[in-house]
Amino acid sequence: MSSTLTTLLDLLAIALFILGLHFLNAPSTSRFGNRLAMVGMLIALVVVLVGTLNVGWWVVVVGIVLGALIGIVAAVRVKMTAMPQMVALYNGAGGGAAALVSTVELAVSHTHHGELDPLVAVSLVLSATIGAISFAGSIIAFLKLQEVMSGRPMTYAGQQVVNAIVALAIVGLVVVFIWHLGVVPAWAYPGLVVGALLFGVLFVLPIGGADMPVVISLLNSATGVAVAITGFELSNELLITGGALVGASGTILTVAMSKAMNRPLTNVLFGAFGAHAGQEVAAAGGPQNVRSVSVDDVAAMLAYASKVMVVPGYGMAVAQAQHSVKALADQLEKRGVKVLYAIHPVAGRMPGHMNVLLAEANVPYEALLDLDAANAEFPTTDVALVIGANDVTNPAARNVKSSPIYGMPILDVDKATNVVVLKRSMRSGFAGIENPLYELPNCSMLFGDAKASVDALVAAVKEL
Amino acid sequence: MILHLLTVFVLAIFVGFEVISKVPTTLHTPLMSATNAIHGVVLVGAIVAVAALFGAHAHAPVVTVLALVAVTFGAINVFGGFAVTERMLQMFRRRESPNK
Repeated sequence: MSSTLTTLLDLLAIALFILGLHFLNAPSTSRFGNRLAMVGMLIALVVVLVGTLNVGWWVVVVGIVLGALIGIVAAVRVKMTAMPQMVALYNGAGGGAAALVSTVELAVSHTHHGELDPLVAVSLVLSATIGAISFAGSIIAFLKLQEVMSGRPMTYAGQQVVNAIVALAIVGLVVVFIWHLGVVPAWAYPGLVVGALLFGVLFVLPIGGADMPVVISLLNSATGVAVAITGFELSNELLITGGALVGASGTILTVAMSKAMNRPLTNVLFGAFGAHAGQEVAAAGGPQNVRSVSVDDVAAMLAYASKVMVVPGYGMAVAQAQHSVKALADQLEKRGVKVLYAIHPVAGRMPGHMNVLLAEANVPYEALLDLDAANAEFPTTDVALVIGANDVTNPAARNVKSSPIYGMPILDVDKATNVVVLKRSMRSGFAGIENPLYELPNCSMLFGDAKASVDALVAAVKEL
Repeated sequence: MILHLLTVFVLAIFVGFEVISKVPTTLHTPLMSATNAIHGVVLVGAIVAVAALFGAHAHAPVVTVLALVAVTFGAINVFGGFAVTERMLQMFRRRESPNK
């Protein structure tokens, strides 16, 4: 293939990536968008395969077949509730690949000549570092989300100091590597990669499960940047563009998630939010003064309402209750009740997590309201049905200045005529913050597993 | 060369911000997994690296293994990312006929 043709085809692939992302801006065109991006990727792969024909082909073939098999099987099998950890794994794979490409390139150039080209030296070492951090961070995020490791923030004395030392060591090695254009002692590069992997682990450890939407977005962005930098190393526009698009998208999501929690990014990353709050609540002591209701009471309340707003949270995902929720909505709609869903931006463990779960249960996306739209509806809502959401409904965020979540935009469920909270127990939410919502006169609690409770409600509404 | 590459990089970032800031929150998870698949383009880089490796006169077996892992990781990222996005987006279809 002539180099002009190669360049043009790469340009076509880039255009298809951008158009693909563009069509993701509406549910009705989103599948088309994803397919455009797929075609772009196919073109990019065919171009590079034709260009490198017969050179080390068995490595390429074995790698692609193996990777495609693993990737597709996992994609087909994964449960929708497990989507955040799946995305974390794919993300880690991308970051790992970027770091490995740089490592291979370094090995190749060392067999040829001594010093690296300055551009290559800079981009190689940065892509390896960021890629390795993203790889290790994603694996830890996966382990936390999969609950192989505790989702609680993990802290120890001097943690920030240790992190800072590791970070400084990494920066030092990067500078030395660039200064000597890659001609460094044999231990330096492996040492750098190990340091970066360690840093990836250390920086995700203290971050709690509720902050995962931010971390996943950030890691996504980091892998994008690593890939773009790999593009500089290989003088490949395709990698630069693809990586930059993802870097931008990840940044937008990271900022959106931080904003939705009204916390600066630095606080999410270094605050170990919720690590100590548990004890404070215990110290504040005493069970809250709450009203518990029966399934039949709630069923009647729902059945004779004219507008019900469902407020789902991570608890719905854990209990896999989305299909039951849809069944309940169907029963209510049959009786002429209008059912809407209020989705907080950080409900769940990744951006848009609740939307995907409800879409899986066939809830039409038109019924899903975002924060502002939902809050406009609450004053005219008869029943707000909170299913496994806690901190995003906490009115303390509006008016208690001392609350750790003060200032966070919340769903104003307390403005509905009645609030029913489905909860496993009175244990406080992830951030360990007491929720005064539960003591309000218009709020009642239905204790039990979310799925079991909703199933019982479906049966009770049917019998009315 | 570097100026040319930097231009591409900066323009791509602007395009990215422009295009992606219009994606509604409903689609944030598919957006994330689709962009995830797009950074799988690193697979192209991995294939280029393999070619460079085998074009070199001699190389240690351990580097070949690293290259193989790079290609595998890249492929997991691309194929898994697109497959999972496709699966999710199927659920966002408007239902033409009630399915019962």
